Amino acid sequence: MLEAKKDFEALLMGNDAIARGALEAGVNVVTGYPGTPSSEIVEQLAKVAEESNLYVEWSVNEKVALEVAAAGSYARLKSMCVMKQVGVNVAADSLLHIAEYGTRGGLVLVSCEDPGALSSTNEGDSRPYAKMMEFPLLEPGDFQEAKDMAKWAFELSEDIRNIVMLRSVTRLSHASGNVIMGELPKDRPKAAFEFSSIPMDQMKGPILAFPTLVDPLRRRQLEKLSKAEKIFEGSPFNKYTGPAKPELLIITSSVCKLYVQEALDILGLWERVGLLKLGTTWPLPSKLLEQHLGICEKIFIVEEGTPFLEDNIKALAAEKAKQVGIKTFFGRKDGTLPPVNELNPDLLIKGINFILGESYQFVSDEYKAKALEIIAAGAPVRELTFCPGCPHRASFWLINSALKLDNRAGFLCGDIGCYSLGAGPCGFSTIKILQAMGSGMGMASGFGKLDKFGMTQPIMAVCGDSTFFHAVIPALVNAVHNRSDMILVVLDNSGTAMTGFQPHPGSPSGAIGTRLPVLDIEKLCNSLNVRVEMGDPFDLKGTRETMLDLLEDGGNPRVLILKQPCALSPIKKGQKMYEMAIDANLCLADLCGCNKLCTRVFKCPGLIWDTQKEKVRIDEVLCTGCGVCADICPAKAIKA
Amino acid sequence: MGKKLSCDPYNLIIAGVGGQGNVLASRVVGDMMIHQGYKVTIGETFGASQRGGSVMSHLRISARGGFSPQMPKGKAHMVVALEPMEAIRVLATYGNPKVKALCNTRPIQSVGVICGDQIYPEKKHIIQWIESLCANAGFFDTTKQALDLGDSIFGNIMALGALAATGDLPMPLNIFKTVISKKVVPAKIATNLKAFGIGMELIKDKK
Ligand code: SF4
Ligand code: SF4
Repeated sequence: MLEAKKDFEALLMGNDAIARGALEAGVNVVTGYPGTPSSEIVEQLAKVAEESNLYVEWSVNEKVALEVAAAGSYARLKSMCVMKQVGVNVAADSLLHIAEYGTRGGLVLVSCEDPGALSSTNEGDSRPYAKMMEFPLLEPGDFQEAKDMAKWAFELSEDIRNIVMLRSVTRLSHASGNVIMGELPKDRPKAAFEFSSIPMDQMKGPILAFPTLVDPLRRRQLEKLSKAEKIFEGSPFNKYTGPAKPELLIITSSVCKLYVQEALDILGLWERVGLLKLGTTWPLPSKLLEQHLGICEKIFIVEEGTPFLEDNIKALAAEKAKQVGIKTFFGRKDGTLPPVNELNPDLLIKGINFILGESYQFVSDEYKAKALEIIAAGAPVRELTFCPGCPHRASFWLINSALKLDNRAGFLCGDIGCYSLGAGPCGFSTIKILQAMGSGMGMASGFGKLDKFGMTQPIMAVCGDSTFFHAVIPALVNAVHNRSDMILVVLDNSGTAMTGFQPHPGSPSGAIGTRLPVLDIEKLCNSLNVRVEMGDPFDLKGTRETMLDLLEDGGNPRVLILKQPCALSPIKKGQKMYEMAIDANLCLADLCGCNKLCTRVFKCPGLIWDTQKEKVRIDEVLCTGCGVCADICPAKAIKA
Repeated sequence: MGKKLSCDPYNLIIAGVGGQGNVLASRVVGDMMIHQGYKVTIGETFGASQRGGSVMSHLRISARGGFSPQMPKGKAHMVVALEPMEAIRVLATYGNPKVKALCNTRPIQSVGVICGDQIYPEKKHIIQWIESLCANAGFFDTTKQALDLGDSIFGNIMALGALAATGDLPMPLNIFKTVISKKVVPAKIATNLKAFGIGMELIKDKK
């Protein structure tokens, strides 16, 4: 699909549209770190890397991803770096410096964000970085714009010679719509880094952030920003629709445009309300805004995340108060829209009606009440759980029981991945701290030093294999060097399972599928001169012993690597290790005293509690034959 | 463009549980519509699909386009549910007295039910509830026929056949063929066509 001909109209996912836009721009270098909702962009480009002459890499983390992309730009190639909102924080240090110096080949940072935290642990909004670090920010409002603006971002970057950020959100990245393709370029540029001139020669000098150069660099950076603003004033991605003198002016950006349009359609208010949709949200096109702020007294600012547009437009309105007059603002801050969570057409209908004093009801209260009643009776929420045969279920079972047996109120610090569910019932609520990528290890390093203040609880941390490389290594080095008393458990399931098995430095191949050297987590840990143990989470007995022994052996950091591929891993090819069977004579249910340990606590979806027969049963379709439940059942009723 | 739509935008929801082929089904419908010159927006919630959660696609089909990937509440014209409990969930938020539904009655038990913590409601109740929230509901169980074709996942394509048979959306077989041929490996095309055909018959039985 990414290679379709010019003028072909297709149904593209927002992320595919961004990937296609980058191809149309002639992108050469593509980097990223996987994270929902961003991953498809790099994946799709990796698929066409050969034909389109791209270098595509899944980098070890977002900071390195941005540096690799910047190298491409400094060698005069068009480069793109893709991440989810939290990644921008990881990349921020380099981002500040890259923006201060500027770029050579076009450099675009794509941040796919997740208002409403549909698959995140936060509602991070990266737009303020554009203001804080002074580079342009673009926000596409639909699928066609996702493609067109991705392409334009490269042109803009080469025009002003600085990095440009393209911000998408889940409801655009993971939604689909009609996109008409543009031309694909054919040229094959040659890479070279020039450093023959003086440092202030942006295209030919060495790239140096010396303290003495900061002043001229910052001045140059601000010039780029005002150049961008001039371009934005006339950009077709900023568009007003509505009457010349509306009763209410709505200013919005991103996919919120679609919510506003839909609300105005439903309410039939296009004659009374004007919509200024901004595609370029930093720097704000101040003349364009001045002109539109002048047409109406009431201004409603619609955006997700922080009140970024709201604050900046208010500041502009204050600056231009003489020209535009005094305004009344509505938005997230005054409660016209909820201050957090994602928006939708219904919230917009409510907000607009609140301002205009109108009302609207589509479905009767009676129908709604009936629906509520039925849902309460008939559709309990589907709680999330680990897949059948997931190694994490076994790992958390082990950690949880080891900490209980140890009986010193020990606890587990976790982080981000499928194994985050270890904080929920399917992981026996074992994780007690869950925040950022790699933060479990860093915090364990801290807790492990608090013995001085009387802290006696054993400390454990978990991380996945991808996270180990991404952010855990420096924290582990910290724990080793400072001799922190803790245990790191690496849940190595051979891939970035949660986001769809993207490879990482421990994988035998990269984004494009070429064979690459494998970094061995065990060897890396051994090089730190700490105790390192290996275990298989499916070997409950052996691994439990190792774990208890590690808990006894306090005083220093220790590492336990639990290796077993993810149940969905392509390596396993859906093959069963064991054919499971139940010995109905041994499964005694309430009489046994186990109190249905298998299905009440362990809860692999491959096990069904047959309420009629009062016995456990194996679901042949779901069971992956890992054999773990055979060791869970104290009566040995489950046979591997 | 094909014939005029019965409503513009026509709002369709396809709901199911992770692993039921929900996303493929919505893309097939979307592609079939674009093929006939319509504008389509599909909004998908599939963040947790790998781990057994509810999955839902909102399809907005229109001659002019520009619709939100999140459908406004109460605005569905048709709900296709690959799992009965998901039909209830969707109808409760997006249903209205005029909505129609097509529903596979074979349940996929949530973990809570599997372990005996929650009780999956009885089929007759579910049917009653769904009927009480719809103007018109068709029920079928595709699982057996799908397994005969080699994989329970074909239930999604059968549901599309059933949708085509309602005549509410222009979904002719030849266009299905064009679209599916680009989506699956050549060896699977015939089976998918068969599944679509079985689906078209499902609804005729019920009329
Ligand atoms: S063997 Fe037991 S624990 Fe493993 S997948 Fe099957 S039912 Fe689940
Ligand atoms: S995708 Fe893999 S790691 Fe994630 S829950 Fe499923 S089996 Fe476990």
